[in-house]
Amino acid sequence: MALLKRSYLTLVYLFLYIPILVLIVYSFNAAKYATVWKGATLKWYAKLFENEMLMDAMVNSITVAVTSSIVATAIGTLGALAFYRYRFTGRKPLYAMVYTTMMSPDIVMGISLVCLFVILGLKLGFITLLLAHVTFCLPFVIVTVYARISGFDPAVIDAAKDLGAGEFQIFRHIILPMTAPAVAAGWLLSFTLSLDDVIVSFFVTGPEFEILPLKIYSMVRLGVKPEVNALCTLMFIFTLLSVIAAHYLVKEKTK
Amino acid sequence: MNKPGLSHILTFRNTAIALVVTWTLLFIVVPTLMIAVVSVLQRDARTFVTPAFSLESYMALADPVYLKIFGKSFAYAAMTTLLCLLVGFPFAFFLARTRKRWQKPLLLLVIIPFWTSSLIRTYALIIILKANGIINTWLRAAGIIKLPLEILYTDIAVYIGLVYTLLPFMILPLYASLEKLDFRLVEAAFDLGARPVQVFTRIILPLSLPGIMAGAIMVFLPAMGLFYVPDLLGGAKSMLLGNLIKNQFLVAGNWPFGSAVSVFLTMLMLGLMAIYFKTMKRINTSVMEEA
Repeated sequence: MALLKRSYLTLVYLFLYIPILVLIVYSFNAAKYATVWKGATLKWYAKLFENEMLMDAMVNSITVAVTSSIVATAIGTLGALAFYRYRFTGRKPLYAMVYTTMMSPDIVMGISLVCLFVILGLKLGFITLLLAHVTFCLPFVIVTVYARISGFDPAVIDAAKDLGAGEFQIFRHIILPMTAPAVAAGWLLSFTLSLDDVIVSFFVTGPEFEILPLKIYSMVRLGVKPEVNALCTLMFIFTLLSVIAAHYLVKEKTK
Repeated sequence: MNKPGLSHILTFRNTAIALVVTWTLLFIVVPTLMIAVVSVLQRDARTFVTPAFSLESYMALADPVYLKIFGKSFAYAAMTTLLCLLVGFPFAFFLARTRKRWQKPLLLLVIIPFWTSSLIRTYALIIILKANGIINTWLRAAGIIKLPLEILYTDIAVYIGLVYTLLPFMILPLYASLEKLDFRLVEAAFDLGARPVQVFTRIILPLSLPGIMAGAIMVFLPAMGLFYVPDLLGGAKSMLLGNLIKNQFLVAGNWPFGSAVSVFLTMLMLGLMAIYFKTMKRINTSVMEEA
């Protein structure tokens, strides 16, 4: 049983990791097209940094991911607080809507947003991409932070109120420090969701503002250059490092 | 009575509420309603839609050509869900039975691929599956096959791609419910003479039902929308609902029809979620009654 368990787990992990390992190995392969190994090289990395189109797309992607994740985290944290602590008209249906949005297929959101942007007369590009990314990240932040707030002892907030703290002070000195791990987790999730998104971005961006996943999408259909392997390797290492860093940051905070 | 001043309206409380309400209304509620409205308008070649009521798009949904795509898309998504369940269930089960201090790192290992672009990972699959790709090169070098296996641009490749992308979404909810399962119940059943099959169908399966259902929803719905997977791995032959919506919007410029398909997909999602919550409620009450 122990052997069966171990080999089964290993097999599934292999399935999950082999494609990523293949990309990494290929990024150092001197051969351009063949599947054979022709010695190690760093030339694809050098070529990658000379490839302006890819570099531009990467910078665009990172800009959108950083901006949208920060905006989504700010609005989402305040939103979680509002949904938890304040009573206002439409609170329950709106929260249900936020929850459903998290489950709904990306393609539904993509086309509904492109309809809105076209009717509003917004030019598809950076701004529309940003609005869309904030929108699909927002529910994840709200739900993560909300779960954390509802785990608190409400007496702490009442005590602060009795001692004369205003709403902002309660937020600044009690809710924010206590929800910090959830806020950090929500931000990281937003950042990677934004960086990874293909489907929503496909609809809401224009030809002037190209982001990496879409650039790769169009390249894959025409035949990929080995530089892309190098780029993917760098991105994988980058996300891996940030996930590990976030893991430790959150751990430190909760101690 | 004094009129409330600006500083009174712009309190922290009101700002927090206003921000989240405005964003949700403007970018989630309004666009959703717009899609519903567009789906009952008439098509216009130049401005996409004309403001005239028409049920044309919904009638077109019953067209045999589209019914076939729906059927196929359903079959793909159902098969993907089943495959994910078959691969994911033993995995989540074993994971939940591993020593506690190993569980967290092992779970993190499942999530890490999900943090990297799924498009990039789909592209990696192409390298592995193509005619002169890794699998074929190795199999030929080993002398097992003479001619390369045709995997890329077939249904098998699409299934591999969908399962590969969506497997973590099945594993996580399954693990969450299996981890909570009290294994003393399993031991008790064995002590009372139950056969392994009985233990599985009578105890493990019912108790992990919430996880199975949550995982199935998390896999089934996106599986119908992931248009880039069949696009890249299946050639143009396979079509998912996602590909249909995408083509109706971008290629054919038929907004009402694309919207109607999207409304259909949303309804399906709401239906599945309703079933999920109903089952959860039934499970909870039956547990309460037994207790």
